[in-house]
This record gives sequence, C-alpha cells and structure tokens, in this order.
Amino acid sequence: MTAAPSVTADWMVGTVTSTAYATPGGRVLALEVPHWPGNLAGQHLDLRLTAEDGYQAVRSYSIASVGFGSTVELAVDQIPDGEVSPYLTMDVMAGDQLEVRGPLGGWFVWKPTDPGPVQLIGGGSGVVPLVAMMREHVASGSDVPFKLLYSVRTNDDAFFYDEIRSLASPTIDVTFAFTRKTPYGFEGTAGRLTKESVERDTIPASENPTVFVCGPTGFVEAVANWLVALGHDPARVKTERFGGK
Amino acid sequence: MDAVHPASGPIAIVRVDGNAVAGRLSEIFRKDMTLASGQCRTCHRETEIASTVVELDDAGLIVLCPSCKHTMFTVVTGPVRTWIDLSGISGLSIPNA
Amino acid sequence: MAVISRGFGSRRRESSPDLPPGQFLTEDFPVLSAGPTPDIDTADWEFSIVFDGGETRKWSWDDLMALPIETINTDIHCVTRWSKLGTTWRGVSLDTLFEGIDTSYGYTMIHSYGGYTTNVPLEDLMDGKAWIAFEFDGEPLDPEHGGPARLLIPHLYFWKSAKWVRGIVMHENDDPGFWEQNGYHLYGDPWLEQRYW
Repeated sequence: MTAAPSVTADWMVGTVTSTAYATPGGRVLALEVPHWPGNLAGQHLDLRLTAEDGYQAVRSYSIASVGFGSTVELAVDQIPDGEVSPYLTMDVMAGDQLEVRGPLGGWFVWKPTDPGPVQLIGGGSGVVPLVAMMREHVASGSDVPFKLLYSVRTNDDAFFYDEIRSLASPTIDVTFAFTRKTPYGFEGTAGRLTKESVERDTIPASENPTVFVCGPTGFVEAVANWLVALGHDPARVKTERFGGK
Repeated sequence: MDAVHPASGPIAIVRVDGNAVAGRLSEIFRKDMTLASGQCRTCHRETEIASTVVELDDAGLIVLCPSCKHTMFTVVTGPVRTWIDLSGISGLSIPNA
Repeated sequence: MAVISRGFGSRRRESSPDLPPGQFLTEDFPVLSAGPTPDIDTADWEFSIVFDGGETRKWSWDDLMALPIETINTDIHCVTRWSKLGTTWRGVSLDTLFEGIDTSYGYTMIHSYGGYTTNVPLEDLMDGKAWIAFEFDGEPLDPEHGGPARLLIPHLYFWKSAKWVRGIVMHENDDPGFWEQNGYHLYGDPWLEQRYW
C-alpha cells in the first residue's frame, strides 16, 4: 500500500470466516468485510456487537493483517470477567456477523518508506500490531533493520509464536522474554522485563531507532519510561496501551 | 486502576491512550484524530492525540495531557446528546489529508 | 438497526441502579441556559445561614477570613464518577459556621449567586465533611471554578459542591434544588467536571 486509506467513521458488517485457538485464552479470528478499505501495519479497528435486545458493546482490536483485501485478521485475548472477549474467544463461530469500524490510527503505524532502524516491543496480545508490521516488512521487501522483543508468560501464551520465529531473518531479529516459564531448550531464565533486560535486548538509543511499544497499560508505561531513561528520544517512542496491568 | 465512588463503591477505570479512542473520536470529528494534536492549556505542551493518556468507560472519555496530567478534553455520551468540553486545550491542529 | 451478533449479551455488566435505561436526560435540559458565570467582588460578598424559625447568621468576606481556616487535601469525585488526583484547598469548615447553633431540621438548600440551588442533607455538611473553600492549589478560586467561594463536599458528587455559594437555608424536608428539579442526572451536570474541573 502506498497511501493511507481514508477514514471510515461508519460501521461495516463483517462475517467470521474462521476461528483458531492460538493460546490457552486466545483466538485468532478471520473476518470477511466486503467493503474493507485495507489497512496499514499497526492500525486497529473497533468491533461492535449487538445483542437481540439492542444492547451494544464496542471494543478495539489491533489488526494482524495488512494491506488491501477484504479479509481482516484479529487476535483476541480473553480478559477475565470481560463482556466481549469471552464471546469472541469462546462463543463466536464461522458464519456469525458483527460490525467493524476502521481502519483507525494513523500514528502507531509503520510504512516501508519510514526510516529505520525499528524496535518493536510487545507484551502479551500487544504483539498483534507488531506482527502486522513484520508481515509488511516481508511483503514489501524492506531491508530496514527490525528487532522484536516479545514479552509473554510462556511460549503457549504467545500469539503467532511459530510465525514470528519463522520471520526471523538477517533484517528481522526476534527475542522472546518469557516471564513465567521458558520452553525446553531456551537459553535464559524466566522473568519479567527490567530496564537492564530491555537495554540488553533492544536497539540502543545511540542508533536512534523508532520504537513501537504495545501491550497492557502498565507494561507499556514501564517499558516507555525505561526507554527514555536509557536515552531514547521520547518523540521516537510510539506506544499503544490496551488498558489493564 | 480503581476509583472509589461515594455512592456505589469501587469502579474500575480503564486507562489507555489516544489510539484507543480513535473510533469514538471519529464519530464526532469524522476523521482519524490520532494524528491531530492539541496544545494543553495548562502546560502548553503540544501532543498528538495518540500520545495522550485517556481514561474511559462506557459513558465517556477523558483525554489527559501526558506531561502535566491535566484534562485536555472530555467527551461524554448520553442517549440523546454528546457533550464535548474542550476547555483544557488552547488549540487543535488536524492534518488535512 | 445494527447487525445482531448471534448469542451475544449474556455476560453483560450490571447496569448502575441509578441509571435506568432510556431515562436519562431530555433534549430540553437547560444545561447552559441558567445564566452566565456570576462575578462577585469580595467587597460585596456575603454568606448567610437561615435556621429554623428564620434566625439568620451572616458573614462578610472579612468575617470569613477571620475564622479558623483549614487546608483540605482530597480527591474530588466528579459527577461522571471519574476520580481526580489529589487536590489541595483552603477554606472554613461548616462545623465552624454552625457552631453553637441548634437546629431540628435535617436538610439544607444551598443557594448560589446566579440563582442555582442544590439540596444537601445536614449530616453531609457536618463533622469535617464540608467547607466554604476559597483557595485551590495555592491560588484564589477563580470565578470559572466557583470563586470567590464555593461549597466543597468531597465525599459527594461534585455538583453538590455548589459554586458561587451565598447561603444555606435549613429545610425540614429533603426538597430538591434547581438541578434536581430539572431532571438533572448523571450526564447533565452543567458543571460537568472531569479530573481538573
């Protein structure tokens, strides 16, 4: 894609075409949205569900797919006591209809024409827009240096785990940080990210990377504060917070 | 993050950023406001809406300056009308494209 | 009509008991028609309390400033239930103003310059719960935010902390004030105030 799609503020009908269990609490959904204008890597959509009595709920989800086409891929993580995520992770099935609005977000976006290097830092389901960026990197043949640091409880909890590992290349470096349990054969111990581990596993501030941080609010704020403390220009650290810890 | 309301007890407040409310804002402004920027009336810092801190619930959202944490603007949606209070920003700029 | 999503809706949150669906505001709620911001000089400012039987106590601005002044650090809970970071006020406690008075009435009507009224039970004004506040975060309270003096009742909905306060009248019953009478509800506060009012 070479130009930003125009904003659609109106709701479009989408039909679920497939669902796949991705993690113990999460699913990847494919939606067919006939009038989808396409999206850039990093954009999200709003998803609206309406119950028979008219009750509505709206939630935002990052889009894993990128580019033109009417198929939109989302990854949804289940939130305890949530209203919408249990429906999307357990109830919804192929053929069900819902509504989407988007694509949204012009700021947390990576385009192949943007300068590098690029550091991606994701927590949990925050990796979804970063996967879209990695897919765009590959699809566009870009040689911009990319580095991903993905913090997640265990490898079972990682969205697109196999795909991410397969995307590793001379221009895409992938580092996993497992906070609870490491997989067999993994070099390194389990533990949450710290300022030191972020410094060790990311492109240094001296190389002036654009940094994208996405995940729960608490995670994003902690990481962003560390990055600034490590000398990154705050204007080059782009964050997207989901809410929660 | 919780707040305590005198009448009904603890309420969960969701704190996100301006990216998360792109959709809601597009209902009012009819364009993607994440790239719009506002100048905080309190500290005068200019911030992209995407970088602001936003507290939200079903009724509305409060957009806060990431630097001084004062309110920049609020949007509260009732069943018939929506109230927008812009008194915390002294200017808004929006890309033409 | 929006597209219905099969099977959605069984896990919805309980809605707030004071927000029955569809019974919020009417289109003609007079949010901004109640008048401009009153502009009162402290030289003209007066505060009165009218007690049962009609006895009245009055204070001028200088009288108020001569009373014991307290510093109040509090979180303000605004009407839309969003909390606010800590704020610091200075003001005179309602306990000081009610000292030595016997009243058998349990309710009050708060009157503001500009004609606004709001009703507050007496017990919500007593025992260190309410002040006449005239300074916010070290600065004199400006008219836009209720200055020169407003009522401050941190534990109640912030719209009960009446701006431009001018007096209290004791009531035997819990009669509704201006906003309450006009069907004011959660979303209609003309003083709709978020974190920093």
